[in-house]
Amino acid sequence: MDLAVFLVQCLNALQYGLLLFLVASGLTLIFGILGVINLAHGSFYMIGAYLAYALAPWAAANVGGGFFTALAIGVVLSIAFGYALEWGFVSYLYQREHLQQVLMTYGLILVFEELRSILVGDDVHGVAPPAWLAGSVQLGDVMTYPVYRLFMSAVCVLVALALYAVIARTRIGMAIRAGASNREMVQSLGVDIRLLYRVVFAAGVALAVFAGMIAAPVSSVYPGMGNQVLIISFVVVVIGGIGSVRGALVASLLVGVVDTFGKVLIPQTAGILVYVLMAAILLWRPEGLFRTG
Amino acid sequence: MNKSALSHALPLAAAGALLVVFPFVGGKFYIDLMVTTMILGIFALSLELLVGLTGLVSFGHAAFFGIAAYATALLAPQAAAASIAWLLPAVLAITTLAAAAIGALSLRTRGIYFIMVTLAFAQMAYFVFHDMKFAGGSDGLYLNIKPVLALGSVTLLDLDRPLTFYYVTFGALVLVYGLLAAVRRARFGHALAGIKANEQRMRAAGFSTYPYKLAAFALAGGLAGVAGFLYAVKDGFVNPEILAWHQSGTVLLMLILGGIGTLRGAVIGAFLFVVLKELFQSEALFGNFARHWQLPLGLTIIGCVALMPNGITGLPTQLRSLRTPVPHAG
Repeated sequence: MDLAVFLVQCLNALQYGLLLFLVASGLTLIFGILGVINLAHGSFYMIGAYLAYALAPWAAANVGGGFFTALAIGVVLSIAFGYALEWGFVSYLYQREHLQQVLMTYGLILVFEELRSILVGDDVHGVAPPAWLAGSVQLGDVMTYPVYRLFMSAVCVLVALALYAVIARTRIGMAIRAGASNREMVQSLGVDIRLLYRVVFAAGVALAVFAGMIAAPVSSVYPGMGNQVLIISFVVVVIGGIGSVRGALVASLLVGVVDTFGKVLIPQTAGILVYVLMAAILLWRPEGLFRTG
Repeated sequence: MNKSALSHALPLAAAGALLVVFPFVGGKFYIDLMVTTMILGIFALSLELLVGLTGLVSFGHAAFFGIAAYATALLAPQAAAASIAWLLPAVLAITTLAAAAIGALSLRTRGIYFIMVTLAFAQMAYFVFHDMKFAGGSDGLYLNIKPVLALGSVTLLDLDRPLTFYYVTFGALVLVYGLLAAVRRARFGHALAGIKANEQRMRAAGFSTYPYKLAAFALAGGLAGVAGFLYAVKDGFVNPEILAWHQSGTVLLMLILGGIGTLRGAVIGAFLFVVLKELFQSEALFGNFARHWQLPLGLTIIGCVALMPNGITGLPTQLRSLRTPVPHAG
């Protein structure tokens, strides 16, 4: 592996890991604070990708701006959707056993997938990146790297930094941190826990939808795309530790590196390497790398 | 026999008798469907041991169903009929070992972690069969000649004959049911129930709970292997989709449909699931919409879990407690 190839794979690993982080951070916060195991989280990623596919032409025709307008509309819609879903569905899951949460959110996946099939169909679609991001940069003599992927990584880093700033520096972030380590205590200290739950859930949905939207030009848009991301995000949460955003970041990057380099170095076993990594971490630290609370 | 034992045994005997005479009254399609139902019933019973008795929610149980089905297709010789006498024990041994290995790791975690970890391991098994060349990739494998049980030159059981296969599956269902009923009455079963109720207290009482949970996990995996073996033989074909996580979700759904905590709930749940699936997939009823059958299924899951969390077998109790409100304990 020469230096240029190595560099390209590093960039790919970083991009995949950061994208996973956007999905997994929402998942880990929803587990950690709401105490709900949400299988439908992958569906939000899928919904995001389909939104990018459906909204971009519409935005270009009616509002102007194409991809970025679509992105902005998608984020606003997803926050509203997450808020409504918490109010109308998820809030009924808090008092229930894990098994019931699993089955009800599993039912939700089937509903989302079939609605997607009815509304958009089962075809695979491509989504064009914005024109000024469509080119490639030269790496070394022969390798090129798509600008859009660099842009994706940069955006993910910005979102991660923003997430860090909110969690570490703001009042609601303080409540989130406290909620992840001891829910009952936060409640008894007078924080409006229902509002906190609603905000966290909506933010988690928005992060996953956003991830799906910006991933759409790279991964294309296809049925079942949410499930794969969901299961890998579970692996990330198990490795990182439930409720820990920092753990989710470290685990996402670790999974990104193992998966990307696994596919290059030992392609026969690429599919299972991530799970082997998870098994190894379980042997070493059953509670994950950074468990909170 | 006292009255409550009688009221318990009578419906069971009646259901058994119905299944025995069913091939004489049902058409070919319905016999086939009943075989599928009984195989799924065995699968659901095996998970009931974990979820209902031990309180371990595994979201990866399809892995053992699939490993057994693949082991059956891989071990059976291409050109001759395999003998059940060695094939079935070999398949069950492989499946039980796989369950012991996955269980040993998964049981280091609990609660939400356990659900996610079992799901992840099942997905790993999925990718093993999906990506590895020996397993035929996403196309799967064929089992061309169905296994037989022969004594010398006399063929005792030829699974290629539909009626024989029906009664073998029925016999397997009865055996698994009986085995699990015996487990529930044994000291081992009481220990598992104690772990579900309060693991901390079981440990304080001097039980090392990990080996008990591991034994339950391995046994449940092995029994799922019985279902996987029958499935592979029935269709003569396996592909990675039988280990997909939808299968793990489906078998959990059967348990909650029938009612968690009883053996009959698992079997009734499998039956209800097959009925619901056939209903929603029926083009006669739903026309073109039938291909979106997962939409009504998803809504049914949500509705069932929301309205009758104790399943259909728990419904009478639930309705009684609605009429005479009693203070809820725990």
